[in-house]
Amino acid sequence: MRWNEADIDARLAAMAEQVTSGYGEATPSLVGIQSGGAWVAQALNQRLATRLPLGRLDVSFYRDDFDTRGLKRTVRPSDLPFDVDGAHLVLVDDVLMTGRTIRAAMNELFDFGRPASIRLAVLFDIGHRQLPIRADICGETLALPPHQRVELFGPAPLTAEIRDIRPEE
Amino acid sequence: MTLAPPPSSRVQLTEDGKLRHFLSVEHLPRPLLEDILDTAASFVDVGGRAIKKVPLLRGKTVVNLFFESSTRTRSTFELAAKRLSADVLNLDIAKSATSKGETLLDTLRNLEAMAADMFVVRHQDSGAPFFIANEVTPRVAVINAGDGRHAHPTQAMLDMYTIRHYKGGFDGLRVAIVGDILHSRVARSQIHALNILGAEEVRLIGPRTLLPTDVEQLGVTVFTDMAQGLKDVDVVIMLRLQKERMDSALLPSEAEFFRLYGLNNEKLRHARPDAIVMHPGPINRGVEIASEVADGPRSVILNQVTFGIAVRMAVMSMAISGQESSHNPEQGGDHGR
Repeated sequence: MRWNEADIDARLAAMAEQVTSGYGEATPSLVGIQSGGAWVAQALNQRLATRLPLGRLDVSFYRDDFDTRGLKRTVRPSDLPFDVDGAHLVLVDDVLMTGRTIRAAMNELFDFGRPASIRLAVLFDIGHRQLPIRADICGETLALPPHQRVELFGPAPLTAEIRDIRPEE
Repeated sequence: MTLAPPPSSRVQLTEDGKLRHFLSVEHLPRPLLEDILDTAASFVDVGGRAIKKVPLLRGKTVVNLFFESSTRTRSTFELAAKRLSADVLNLDIAKSATSKGETLLDTLRNLEAMAADMFVVRHQDSGAPFFIANEVTPRVAVINAGDGRHAHPTQAMLDMYTIRHYKGGFDGLRVAIVGDILHSRVARSQIHALNILGAEEVRLIGPRTLLPTDVEQLGVTVFTDMAQGLKDVDVVIMLRLQKERMDSALLPSEAEFFRLYGLNNEKLRHARPDAIVMHPGPINRGVEIASEVADGPRSVILNQVTFGIAVRMAVMSMAISGQESSHNPEQGGDHGR
């Protein structure tokens, strides 16, 4: 299964409508998780009438699987060009599965300050959750067998496809 | 104890080429050095946060094993480990166990029994960290924090980080290393790192008595005159005159050394106008560097210290990561989302 640029675009448009709603007078900030989530956050922001403050987070130093998988080869600096203290944040990722990345991301965010609120926006939710975490905004929910993943290609244009993973992963 | 370092530093890498111990820059591949610098860039960012700490090495124990005392290097390693959330044990061996007759191996076995995950080793004998790396049980990573006149690889990497930060890269760069090369493990590591990373030219400037005899073999150009040596360089690295290691009449006097090789604004004129000045510290003002330069606009000496913590965090996390992954061969690929 594949999603071309137009397919992804339709899902992003639906998500963009929900991103700013429910905040009243306040304006949320977007935080994309490296690297796919950062692409999605950027693409979402481009669809908004008023651009939001945009940051990116690399959660490599906060992962819970360092003991078994080690450090990722390419770690990029996290960049949050706004004050996290008291901010309303929308955390953005490309694919939500176990929830462990989101937990790592929230731990990292709290080392920058105490946000007023955090919501989660994901392009795909593929199930197999291992933690009590859910998306507030979701582009598409899929029921995938354990050996399949969605892979996002970007940063522009954004496309996606399902691929099989090797058993040991 | 006389210990020669092995000809190859194969002991440093895992089978798939990841860092396992960090003992010497020599013979390491360029992409690995670049990985260290890139990872360090992310840790520099951590130093600017409200909470200057990441949980990466939570539950790991790092032992600073200093057979030769060094307050500065030990403190930056200690701070680096603490910012990675590791527990740190500082052992000043120079003053403790060995003076009671315990051998190095017995000391190591005792520390391993305390379930240490990393030894940061400073030793007066060249090659001692290699010896330790060969002796430790698997799962313990060893970082060389300076051995004899041989190597000081984390200092060299923080210097490379500083150069890349200010100069953007190494292509076309001319770098001069000035002063007491003979006693300097820092200079040796810098020369290897600069050549691996592709600097255009590495120059050594100093009196013949403070230059090793076979130094040209390292891939450097040698100058004994400051004006000629500094001409058009992009980076000037001053070395500390290691008075405590001078056991013979290598120098007429400190004043004479300063007159000929001490960096002041007048001598710095020969370098490029945008040249940066570095020093591994601690500095001897008025011996190898004048205060007007050390505190001047082109000095990046204190920035080196800041970057040093990040570079040590990168090396420590990569080495512990290499230890872990060498026991988990199914490493890599998709992290569970």
